[in-house]
Amino acid sequence: MYAANFLILAAALFSIGVYGVVARRNAVMVLMSIELILNSVNLNLIAFALMNDTIDGHVFALYVIAIAAAEVGVGLAMVLMIYRNSRSIKLDELSRMKG
Amino acid sequence: MLGADDAFGLPAGWFLENLWLVALIPGVAFALILLFGKKMPMKGSGIGIASMGAALVIATGAAYQWVQRVDAADGHSEEGAFGLIRGFARSLVPQAAEGGHAEPFVEPVTNTWVWWSSGGLEFTIGSQADGLSVLILWLVAFISLLVQIFSLDYVRGDRRYTYFFASLTLFSAGMLVMVMAPNMVQLILGWEIMGLCSFMLIGHWWEEEANSRAALKAFWTVRVGDVGLLVGTAIVFFGANAWAQDNLGMTGFDIEAIQGWALSGEGSHQVILWAAVALFIACIGKSGQFPLHTWLPDAMAGPTPVSSLLHSSTMVVAGVFLVARIYPVFWTGFNIGTGGLSFIAIIGGITIIIAALLAFVQDDIKKVLAYSTVSQLGYMMLGLGTGAWLPAVFHIFTHAFFKCCLFLCAGSVSHSGSHHSFDMKKDMGGLRKKMPVTFASWIVSTLALTGVFPFAGFWSKDEIIDNVGHAGYEFLFWVGLGGAILTAAYMTRATYLTFFGEPRGAAAGEHHVDEEHAEEHELETLTVGARTMGETVEELTADQAGVGYSGGDEGSDDHQEGSAGDEPHGAGGHSGAETGDDHQDGPHESGPLILVPIVILAFLALTAGFLNATPLGESFEKMKTYVEPRPAAVQIDELNASGPGETVIQVDSRFAPGAEEDAEGAHATGCGFEAPEPGSVCFFPAVSHAEPKFAKIMLSLGVVAAGYAGAIAFCIFYYGRRDKRLVGLTERSRPLRGAYLFLKNKYYLDVLYENVIVHAIAHPIANACNWFNQVVIDGVVNSAGRSARKTGEWVYENVDQTVVDGAVNASGAVASEAGRDLQPMQSGKVNQYGALLFGAATVAAIVLVIVNVN
Repeated sequence: MYAANFLILAAALFSIGVYGVVARRNAVMVLMSIELILNSVNLNLIAFALMNDTIDGHVFALYVIAIAAAEVGVGLAMVLMIYRNSRSIKLDELSRMKG
Repeated sequence: MLGADDAFGLPAGWFLENLWLVALIPGVAFALILLFGKKMPMKGSGIGIASMGAALVIATGAAYQWVQRVDAADGHSEEGAFGLIRGFARSLVPQAAEGGHAEPFVEPVTNTWVWWSSGGLEFTIGSQADGLSVLILWLVAFISLLVQIFSLDYVRGDRRYTYFFASLTLFSAGMLVMVMAPNMVQLILGWEIMGLCSFMLIGHWWEEEANSRAALKAFWTVRVGDVGLLVGTAIVFFGANAWAQDNLGMTGFDIEAIQGWALSGEGSHQVILWAAVALFIACIGKSGQFPLHTWLPDAMAGPTPVSSLLHSSTMVVAGVFLVARIYPVFWTGFNIGTGGLSFIAIIGGITIIIAALLAFVQDDIKKVLAYSTVSQLGYMMLGLGTGAWLPAVFHIFTHAFFKCCLFLCAGSVSHSGSHHSFDMKKDMGGLRKKMPVTFASWIVSTLALTGVFPFAGFWSKDEIIDNVGHAGYEFLFWVGLGGAILTAAYMTRATYLTFFGEPRGAAAGEHHVDEEHAEEHELETLTVGARTMGETVEELTADQAGVGYSGGDEGSDDHQEGSAGDEPHGAGGHSGAETGDDHQDGPHESGPLILVPIVILAFLALTAGFLNATPLGESFEKMKTYVEPRPAAVQIDELNASGPGETVIQVDSRFAPGAEEDAEGAHATGCGFEAPEPGSVCFFPAVSHAEPKFAKIMLSLGVVAAGYAGAIAFCIFYYGRRDKRLVGLTERSRPLRGAYLFLKNKYYLDVLYENVIVHAIAHPIANACNWFNQVVIDGVVNSAGRSARKTGEWVYENVDQTVVDGAVNASGAVASEAGRDLQPMQSGKVNQYGALLFGAATVAAIVLVIVNVN
């Protein structure tokens, strides 16, 4: 019961994140949604680490946080560049590279 | 690798161990001359001379150390009889008759590297220093150095000056590689390098067709013999390899192993006989023995320094050296020890006489010398073939000096006295006052060649003849003496025609029209220039036939065509290169670069004989002490235990040399007569040495004197006074004319080879080949072509068009369709990509769950 709470919370966060990535048009919102997905995974990792009484999950979670920070940095920079070039960060308008 | 001293304190020394440098330095020099020679201040000749100088220094050092080594070995054997002379009950056997003690075997110093090994067989390259190789190495380096110095002036300004020195250096390097070879593979390597270089050098002025033909002839004739070398080496290898590996830990290619095997008595006599025959065929080709001697006189087409080097110390000596090197094979194969009439001795005897006779009818001074070389090589072979090993090797040594000197004198005469002609009858005569130094050197060398006391040839050639008689070959003894008469006579004729009498042609200052032509040559293309010269000379030949020899000597003049054909190389070959030379002055003495080598060689021709002056007593026999291998049986244990190059000795005293000398029928004991005891090995047969007898010396000197007297009288009456009874004798007397023509045409051997053998054998073969080619091969090829075409057509229609093209088209269509279908997915909308990603992840997750649950 105790563990299931963590997992349910993580699953809910994950679902919200996936919804945000798929449905949102604003690029910044999409990046935020990706953060949600990553943090839901972190939550899972820590929950399992507590359950199994090991430290591996904590290490992984820290690692993921570091990667996520870098990813957000790169992502926001791209968004900024896109905005400068096209005066819009609406993703559905940015389909110049379609096949 | 090798310690300087072994347990017995027998010194090897730096020079003996590093003897391979003697050949390596000229080899490297060859590459340097070829690569950088043209840019050097001396056009590369400096490198060549420096390398030969370095080789000579090392060879001299090696000779000195070898002498020390032999002395050390001899000293040991005398003082330490207990420690060193093991074997059976030495005290029971009296001291060997000859030297007072048994001379110990001195192990050669070998130093080898493995460059290839295959199937447990190791091929090595390196050097083997023993008396014979050190002697010949020194000789080759010395003669090569002098010849290169001579060439500096002689070929100055030649159009291929750099290549000339490069080839000359490689030529010497080839001989050095061969002489130091510790195994047959390296020997063949050096042998073939020399064959190649002789081709390059004889054909040095290849613009003349005669020259390139001569070069080809030399190359092919020697190749005929080389087949024998390869076959012989193969036979020896298969015969000796097992024995060598078992007993000495060597391979069947190693020369020491071959020597030991041939004397071990364990090889089949039949095998050794055939090996000896095959190897001797190689020597016939290389050393110009009958019947393959025909290339040697033609090789005179090359520049004189080349002839000189080729005839004195390299190339032709290689064949004699090969026989001397693996002498046990010939000794056993031909039963030389037991007085068998060997193939070698017969060929040598024939060669002496036929070559000497041919020398009488040559007008070209170099050809006289060439036939003289052939004849002297015959002496060497005769000596080797009858067991006179040491005199034969000594004759190589002395002959090199005086024959080289004679050739260089001929070069000097042609360079400065006769305007590049070598024709004694047309362009020489009376040169003794104009060229005194050349004349004096020529006379000294001639006396040495003919074997007059006390010149070098006397000590070596008479020793050969003496030993041939001593070994019981009565007939060959007289053949040798007959050769000596002929030698004296033909050299007198050549000397008279060149240096005495009235000056003729160029020697009289009559210049060919060359002076003007020489300038033109520079402008004209080379071939045209050469042709012009040829014509000029032929015109002059026609003129001079009337002037010089007003009808007297028809016998020779009839055949001027032949010699005129040879001549242009002298004129045409040079004149393009010889501008700015001082030929306007008529005959004069040559410059110091030419004279110094000649004088040095003449001095050695006078003195070299004292190195082994047998008649003067034991203390003069330096060659015998230091060069001749000791015929002592060596314990194999000793040999293996002491490592390479460091063994002394072990004499089984029953095999002590000299023991068989006392009685006449005593050819019964010692190495080479009976098999060595098990566990010991012989490397050299116990050859006998003739005791010098005063009567024999007087006989040979008298014979030479008779030859001189007859020839001088003939020359004065015939060439000098034009005596009516002699002049035109070959015209009047039918038998004499026949004999003359027979000699003039060189026994028709060339005709035999070129017309009869080539036509009779080569033409049917060629015809058969042609028929085979046309009918069989072409048939096969044509039908193969037709069927291939048929197959091709069928394949095209059935396989290519339907299967292959179908597959290709179909795959193209599939790819294109798939692409078109997948195109809409690339919408460029990130959300859609994200949806696809997560959708796919969901599907994958569901699959994983299902799989894991089950």
